[in-house]
Amino acid sequence: MLLDKDRIFTNLYGRHDFRLEAAKQRGAWNSTKELMQFGPEWICDQIKASGLRGRGGAGFPTGLKWTFMPKVVKERPHYLVVNADESEPGTCKDRDIMRHDPHLLIEGCLIASYAMRANKCYIYLRGEYIREREVLEEAIKEAYAAGLVGKNACGSGWDFDIYCHHGAGAYICGEETALLESLEGKKGQPRLKPPFPANAGLYGCPTTVNNVESIAVAPTILRRGAGWFAGFGRPNNTGTKVFCISGHVERPCNVEEEMSIPLKTLIEEHCGGVRGGWGNLRAIIPGGSSVPMIPKEICDSVLMDFDALRDVKSGLGTAAVIVMDKSTDLIKSIARLAYFYKHESCGQCTPCREGTGWMWRVLERMVKGEAEASEIDTLLDVASQVEGHTICALGDAAAWPIQGLIRHFRQDIEDRISNYRMGRPHVQGVTLTAAE
Amino acid sequence: MSHRRFHHPENHAPFAFNKESDDLIAWWERKYPSERRASAVIPALWITQKQNAGWLSEPALRAVAERLGMTYIRVYEIATFYTMFNLEPVGKYHFQVCGTTPCQLRGADKLKDFCERKIGPKGHVSGGGKFSWVEVECLGACVNAPMIQINDYYYEDLSIETLEKLIDDFAAGKEPQPGTYVKRQTSAPEGAPTSLTDETLYDGSRAKPLAAILNAPKPPEESAAAPVKA
Repeated sequence: MLLDKDRIFTNLYGRHDFRLEAAKQRGAWNSTKELMQFGPEWICDQIKASGLRGRGGAGFPTGLKWTFMPKVVKERPHYLVVNADESEPGTCKDRDIMRHDPHLLIEGCLIASYAMRANKCYIYLRGEYIREREVLEEAIKEAYAAGLVGKNACGSGWDFDIYCHHGAGAYICGEETALLESLEGKKGQPRLKPPFPANAGLYGCPTTVNNVESIAVAPTILRRGAGWFAGFGRPNNTGTKVFCISGHVERPCNVEEEMSIPLKTLIEEHCGGVRGGWGNLRAIIPGGSSVPMIPKEICDSVLMDFDALRDVKSGLGTAAVIVMDKSTDLIKSIARLAYFYKHESCGQCTPCREGTGWMWRVLERMVKGEAEASEIDTLLDVASQVEGHTICALGDAAAWPIQGLIRHFRQDIEDRISNYRMGRPHVQGVTLTAAE
Repeated sequence: MSHRRFHHPENHAPFAFNKESDDLIAWWERKYPSERRASAVIPALWITQKQNAGWLSEPALRAVAERLGMTYIRVYEIATFYTMFNLEPVGKYHFQVCGTTPCQLRGADKLKDFCERKIGPKGHVSGGGKFSWVEVECLGACVNAPMIQINDYYYEDLSIETLEKLIDDFAAGKEPQPGTYVKRQTSAPEGAPTSLTDETLYDGSRAKPLAAILNAPKPPEESAAAPVKA
């Protein structure tokens, strides 16, 4: 269990003011100039030594990512783009950082930009986060007025401009190249890689895209030392992490905890346990809708980190824990996610555009039981043909929840089908009507 | 994919920016390199939608295209791709009910049924132009599920009862407070806090001693990488 003194986001719940003075009281902007005096390489080395892995879902080492940027700025300027398009179902951590601790993010943007020799940073918020954008704009204004950003930011000699940008409701814009397309004023359709953004990103210039949380923890890591951060969690899975626990728990919440905390401890300590007790648990999606669900037997002992969850064929993703108790119609829950991916597919790659709709329609029939048992294997087959055959990871993300459902709860689907055949159709609530 | 189209663009009223929208768009344009004005298209469309009673008409899209020096088709494809742009009129209070799994698990289906009963079918404007509702995909407030975005802001931890009161309040011309509708602080767990209770986090000690200690940036392994600047 993490102690309060080791929490980075000390205003996660907004009990205190988000504005500059209060944020400074909590330690933001403390010695920023001094943190920058040892140069970009030193910062990258610190972040590498801290073991920080990207908090946006993929878990790529942040410090390493920063070193991919060219070491010298040539004719093309460098950009930092912060991915605040938080849209992964289950995830709502960046929202709290932006509305309650925006100065940690802005300070992180300055430090990360300096480490990558970028003079400009765009923060791309999802369009629906209007209140969050208002807060962030106000905080940026304060930072400019106080000389913390702008010309000679913090007196460091580094010129730094930071801007808020927003989207307008497209999950796919959380994919880094789709985000860049969107920021350029186009439809958010992912680009083929290579070239990677570090070579040709925003406006064709070297760009790094980082998640809000990855950036916002950077100043505190530098202030308190890489070793401090690396002291939490297991090797290769270090640090603190904001977890979002939603679904069938007594008290859903966001909370910053140590990496590698046991899933059960996380839920029991902070959320008052599963509704109806741990024994009432059916399954958990441990890392946002894109990762496969795990049944109770695995939840009993699994640790919340990248490697432990990968070992049980799931993933930490964004650390958004979606809890489902025994009253849950798992097939319906996954069918709803399938609808989500169908709705959010950008339409660029055929396997995803056609496959997501196809998988959703089959799952809707399976919710009722109105399917052939052999279709379960066909569904798995289609899922595996969508997975890995698209430009971006949305195809994978659409396939994994379905694979997880069939891997652990195939019996549910088979029972539903045979009950339907025996004239006992499953009674179900509202079904989605085909959108087009 | 979501497919969205204009239905009867021939009936759309003409559109021109008012001063406020024009200034706002100009402010957005300044955020991007001068040859990259198209970057401002999403914010510009959003501002336009605000001015145009919550939806975008064909003349409005043409105005944005002209304003940003883009071709009409480029603006049209943005407006149809991004689902926050409404291509048909909406109510003065537009309810966007999150229906994705985390909200569904906590009763979003009931809220949808209730909206259907109280407001009418999805996408239909009722109450003399006052209300409309749609189901949307995850709005990113999952620990406060179920929730609804009403115009700009989030109304969280809703039940049928609180939703009914919300609708009645809006109908009566009141402006109910956004945020959570149960006893809790934003995304914190209900009841006694489980974290962030240590008062020394907030007494200023974080600001003072560190400033003096200067963080002692002695990298544990990589001490060679730090050429100290005078």
